[in-house]
Amino acid sequence: MSGELPFEKPLVELERRIAELRRFMETEGIDLREEIARLEERAASLAREIYGNLTPYQKVQIARHPDRPTTLDYIRGCLDVFLEFHGDRCFGDDLAVVGGIGLLEGMPVTVVGHQRGRDTKENLMRNFGMPHPEGFRKALRLMKQAERFRRPVVCFIDTSGAYPGMTSEERGIGMAIAENLLAMIDLRTAVLCVVTGEGGSGGALALGVADRVYMLEHAVYSVISVEGAAALLWKDASQAPRAAESMRITAQDLLDLEVIDGVIPEPLGGAHKDPETVIRRVKEVLVRDLRELSEVSPDDLRSRRFEKYRKMGRVFEG
Amino acid sequence: MLKDWFQKKPRYATLSPPAAEPAERREAIPEGLMNKCRGCGDILLSKELEKHLKTCPRCGYHFPLSAPERIGITLDEGRFFEYDEGLTSLDPLSFPGYPEKLARMQEETGLREAVVTGEGTIDGRPVVLIVMDSRFMMGSMGSAVGEKIARAMERAADKRIPVVLFAASGGARMQEGILSLMQMAKTSGAVARLREAGVPYISVMTHPTTGGVTASFASQGDIILAEPGALIGFAGRRIIEQTIHQKLPDDFQTAEFLLKHGMIDRIVHRKDLRAELSVILQIHGEEALHVGRATL
Ligand SMILES: [Zn+2]
Repeated sequence: MSGELPFEKPLVELERRIAELRRFMETEGIDLREEIARLEERAASLAREIYGNLTPYQKVQIARHPDRPTTLDYIRGCLDVFLEFHGDRCFGDDLAVVGGIGLLEGMPVTVVGHQRGRDTKENLMRNFGMPHPEGFRKALRLMKQAERFRRPVVCFIDTSGAYPGMTSEERGIGMAIAENLLAMIDLRTAVLCVVTGEGGSGGALALGVADRVYMLEHAVYSVISVEGAAALLWKDASQAPRAAESMRITAQDLLDLEVIDGVIPEPLGGAHKDPETVIRRVKEVLVRDLRELSEVSPDDLRSRRFEKYRKMGRVFEG
Repeated sequence: MLKDWFQKKPRYATLSPPAAEPAERREAIPEGLMNKCRGCGDILLSKELEKHLKTCPRCGYHFPLSAPERIGITLDEGRFFEYDEGLTSLDPLSFPGYPEKLARMQEETGLREAVVTGEGTIDGRPVVLIVMDSRFMMGSMGSAVGEKIARAMERAADKRIPVVLFAASGGARMQEGILSLMQMAKTSGAVARLREAGVPYISVMTHPTTGGVTASFASQGDIILAEPGALIGFAGRRIIEQTIHQKLPDDFQTAEFLLKHGMIDRIVHRKDLRAELSVILQIHGEEALHVGRATL
């Protein structure tokens, strides 16, 4: 198995041992079926134990797994047809954000999302899924286009954050995110959002103001990366697991805090173990919600979305 | 409740040590009487500094202002009707040490939260004033900051009174996690309502305006002003240096840098700020509209 995570080691070793015994049984002709069955049972219960009790930091590691399906995988898997559109009509085309139009079970949709790479070469091209301002402006342009043609918008969130670099700041990364928030809260069309991997800070929220927001079971969503939080709180980035505990960043936490509307279950061990299943589940949710929201008028969608965000936060009137 | 915050005190109150960070606070020697300018290093008499609205008469360095100081130099006679003064954040994540930290900040600053909101007038014209205070947990935005800003903007939209906001913030409040991030969406909703109502919103970025505040309401003003030399940006300088492995220009993420790159309308020296706000309010006032109609 490739791309194993540190906490999966005991399981991986057990599976390796089972494979060895199988090979041994074949080559040497000795009957080890009983021993193999025993180990397989142990592996299954170990898998349930590990994956059923994932710590927040282990979820961070799963959310960042390189083999996890990316936005383009969801687009290809969910849509009947998709045309990718490029550029912000102003500066350039940011490959850390993809977007375009297509049909989802016959329904016209606009889709935008963060796009990270699978390997180093692809990641360099995609800037590790960290957008520059032009990426957010491309997304905004496509969302405004969708609004004009009364097309719902589907957003996939998968980024460690907006690109923290000089070029980003020069071109107004803060302004670009701010513009997206303002536009999305006001959009007169349905907006659905799925956090598929890591939802990192303002760069995630810039595609994340939606009528309904879902998270995959092992996705995380936070105001600052766990490493960043650890560095700020304890001046030590290696305290990330501790920060992950305190920050309440898992899908289950966000559901409790009423920030998201639902959690989409993942196959045992995470989406990368069985991408087809998780893509199918995402599609089911999108299709169901798009049908529901198509009954709601654009003005009602907008005022309900406003009310939803208006209520967020916990304050005390002293 | 109408509060005469500054009327009975000397106009700019006693000069408290200006720094937000404790390390820099120690530089102010002897406390209360003299201050070392962080721009040119000169020693400035507190009285002299007060006279110049806490800017250095030699090099123009702008010392940070507390919310009460800012309100005092912006509104007519410092008269201010405060909104939601008792509103505070809860501890939604049960974050270790957060309630204690809030209590300590309240004690130290005399404020309940990192933003003060309310109403007053500038040259007789009403404004809804929103003033952040970087002394209070770096002016970070938690639920209470977002809520107070949203409410103030909603009142402004209802009453059709222009909003003047002074940003001073390190960004999100980590201790409130994702709920802090969501305040960016909430305040954006309030700005959207102001726009819909056609009520002007003037954002003044002061030192420092960074992170989630830059990436939301501070950058959504109809007019965006900034004080000279203010640090304004999204990502932290150190994170950027670590990412790109190169030295950043000296003026990086300053008001001047933003002006050069077309991100803000004007840089205004503190001594001119009240007068410029007054002109902006005049241009957006009802009487200005009537003058226009009469000449048509
Ligand atoms: Zn000076």
